[in-house]
Amino acid sequence: MATLKIKKGTSRHSAYDLRDPNLDLSETHTLAVLVDNEAGVLARVIGLFSGRGYNIESLTVAEVDHTGHLSRITIVTTGTPAVIEQIKAQLGRIVPVHEVHDLTVEGPSVERELALFKVGGTGDKRIEALRLAEIFRANVVDSTLESFVFEMTGTSEKIDAFAELMRPLGLAEVARTGVAALARGV
Amino acid sequence: MMNKSMTGARMVVQALKDQGVDVVFGYPGGAVLPIYDEIFQQNDIRHILVRHEQAAVHAAEGYARSTGRPGVVLVTSGPGATNAVTGITDALMDSIPIVVLTGQVPTFMIGNDAFQEADTVGITRPCTKHNWLVKDTDALSGTLHEAFHVATSGRPGPVLVDIPKDVQFATGRYTAPRDARISHYKPQVKGDIEMITRLAEAMETAARPIFYTGGGVINSGDAATQLLRELVEATGFPVTSTLMGLGAYPASGDKWLGMLGMHGLYEANLAMHGCDLMINLGARFDDRITGRVADFSPNSAKAHVDIDPSSINKTIHVEMPIIGDIAHVLEDLLRIWKSRGRKTNKAGLEKWWAQIDTWRKVDCLSFRPASKIIKPQHALSRLEALTRDRDRYICTEVGQHQMWAAQYLRFDAPNRWMTSGGLGTMGYGFPSSIGVQIAHPDALVINVAGEASWLMNMQEMGTATQYRLPVKQFILNNERLGMVRQWQELLHGERYSHSWSESLPDFVKLAEAFGAKGIQCSDPADLDDAIQEMLDHDGPVVFDCLVEKHENCFPMIPSGEPHNKMLLGEASTSDAIREGGAVLV
Repeated sequence: MATLKIKKGTSRHSAYDLRDPNLDLSETHTLAVLVDNEAGVLARVIGLFSGRGYNIESLTVAEVDHTGHLSRITIVTTGTPAVIEQIKAQLGRIVPVHEVHDLTVEGPSVERELALFKVGGTGDKRIEALRLAEIFRANVVDSTLESFVFEMTGTSEKIDAFAELMRPLGLAEVARTGVAALARGV
Repeated sequence: MMNKSMTGARMVVQALKDQGVDVVFGYPGGAVLPIYDEIFQQNDIRHILVRHEQAAVHAAEGYARSTGRPGVVLVTSGPGATNAVTGITDALMDSIPIVVLTGQVPTFMIGNDAFQEADTVGITRPCTKHNWLVKDTDALSGTLHEAFHVATSGRPGPVLVDIPKDVQFATGRYTAPRDARISHYKPQVKGDIEMITRLAEAMETAARPIFYTGGGVINSGDAATQLLRELVEATGFPVTSTLMGLGAYPASGDKWLGMLGMHGLYEANLAMHGCDLMINLGARFDDRITGRVADFSPNSAKAHVDIDPSSINKTIHVEMPIIGDIAHVLEDLLRIWKSRGRKTNKAGLEKWWAQIDTWRKVDCLSFRPASKIIKPQHALSRLEALTRDRDRYICTEVGQHQMWAAQYLRFDAPNRWMTSGGLGTMGYGFPSSIGVQIAHPDALVINVAGEASWLMNMQEMGTATQYRLPVKQFILNNERLGMVRQWQELLHGERYSHSWSESLPDFVKLAEAFGAKGIQCSDPADLDDAIQEMLDHDGPVVFDCLVEKHENCFPMIPSGEPHNKMLLGEASTSDAIREGGAVLV
């Protein structure tokens, strides 16, 4: 058995182990969480993530079953595989949570996000913005002589790409809903 | 009980009666006056008036842990609720079923910064298993029944129901428990049979197996402790336990290795490190148990039985995860293991026990009693010797005295050991002992304390004397925050920053000021008589035991070190240790 030489007065040994054992690569997962639509349920879910130091990349929530008072929360999160498993287990034990689905591992799924972009400008820049919006199948939902509001639905990557293109063309504001996701098939 | 109309306040009392509650620990205030008015007008439920809301929760914890039934707390809004938060968090960390009822300002004033308003459900959301704000009197009784269901099912824990004052005054329909709509919350109690069979197979071949048991065995109930004892006897495997699980397997049993962990026994920790099959029953691989995770029991296959899926693979990866209630899983495990022929690896086990016996010979708890001054270990050894034959209940505060109590007192039955394990709440023990004594009026209840911890809730002397509770406060007084001092000595250059207790009260006079008995003892020669005097006194006693001021608590695994790197105390001078290559400071 190896010996431990502990010198009085060194602080290498803290009251806690200060080394982070989770330095390996993390993954992104999309979770669908079915909850009772009651007061404070979103705070419970968000509080779990902040209290235990988990990441939220995106979060959407709305009632999906009015008679059953059920809401669906879609969360995109990142973490090591062990952390992702822990997040699912922790979500599962919140009392008003009915189901937790990891859409990333449960088979193919579709993910969509809706975004609104306000782009200001005149002349060539305005024409270029409209041309790119057509390529991206974005709709014009508001127009003045000096601005457009585009509406676009797509994956988060597509919305990122469109925002990148609009930036030099006068992008003034962006509003995004966050990801909504469903498993494919029945 | 018919479903009939009544006020919200009356509903609270009715629901408590229907849930079988006989005692409520509480403190009145403006927002709960209607409920207190109802309590005044009945005799079925006894109300114990504490002196601080934190103590109400700890007393309820003591009641719950010593009976297995949920503890109930009633406090007012605002400061009543916020004072209760430490106790609620303590119950959450140690999985103790508690139902906390808080008053709230009237619904129409919520959000207005009204007098004694606090966002109680917001503040307690992360420290309860679940909580509710009831805004409609018709929903109150159903919510109360559900609160009891959630607190006691699955992994137990504290719940809180926040009741605005107008909801208490208004009239609504009362729903009896059997008619209440209980939510979908039904945790899985039966373990996966395939995985249990895999564990039974592993038990047949393991050469160096160990049972590592925790508070989950005790929470599961008497059936679980009975089945654990049967399984240990049938297999002959050694068993160790966390701080929370003491008493599930009797300390007088020959398979008992003692507590494991940071201040656990040498043989228990080395057996955990060297085992080839670890069977975790209702423990959670806490950081005080595992030490350095990367080197935790490196050569073992691990099974983990827990009712909470989030406990499994949280810190330690296990090959055999079994989600379920300990009693159900042990019943299946015993049945399967017996039906397969009750096989064990006899040759392997024999060598394993021979190895364990060499570790036991180290006698890691040995100490040299001094002739002029009382060593804390000696005080607890004498307390153990003088109370061994009695069915006693032990509470503790938090610190060195708590670890010494876990090491030197021996528990042969569950629900006899009340200590703040997860949260480590100084001030837990005294109010907890009050809750235990209320539940067991004729039992011997001792709170092993340090003087600093004890002072944190000493106002409960009023409660103890008011209800004539013969709780024994056994204070190991070293005039120091002993555990803080120990860390400062070993790890912070002996710079004792604020870890001494100056301006201590005269504990004997303090006891007398409250109408209780005080005893002081500083001479080892007087100790036995003094302890006997404490035990013989029919009433609350404060025992001020002046002990060695600089004693350190050993064995000790410094955080971030594995189980086989322990610091030993005076036992380290023995030959067995040098042969084993163990570690000295």
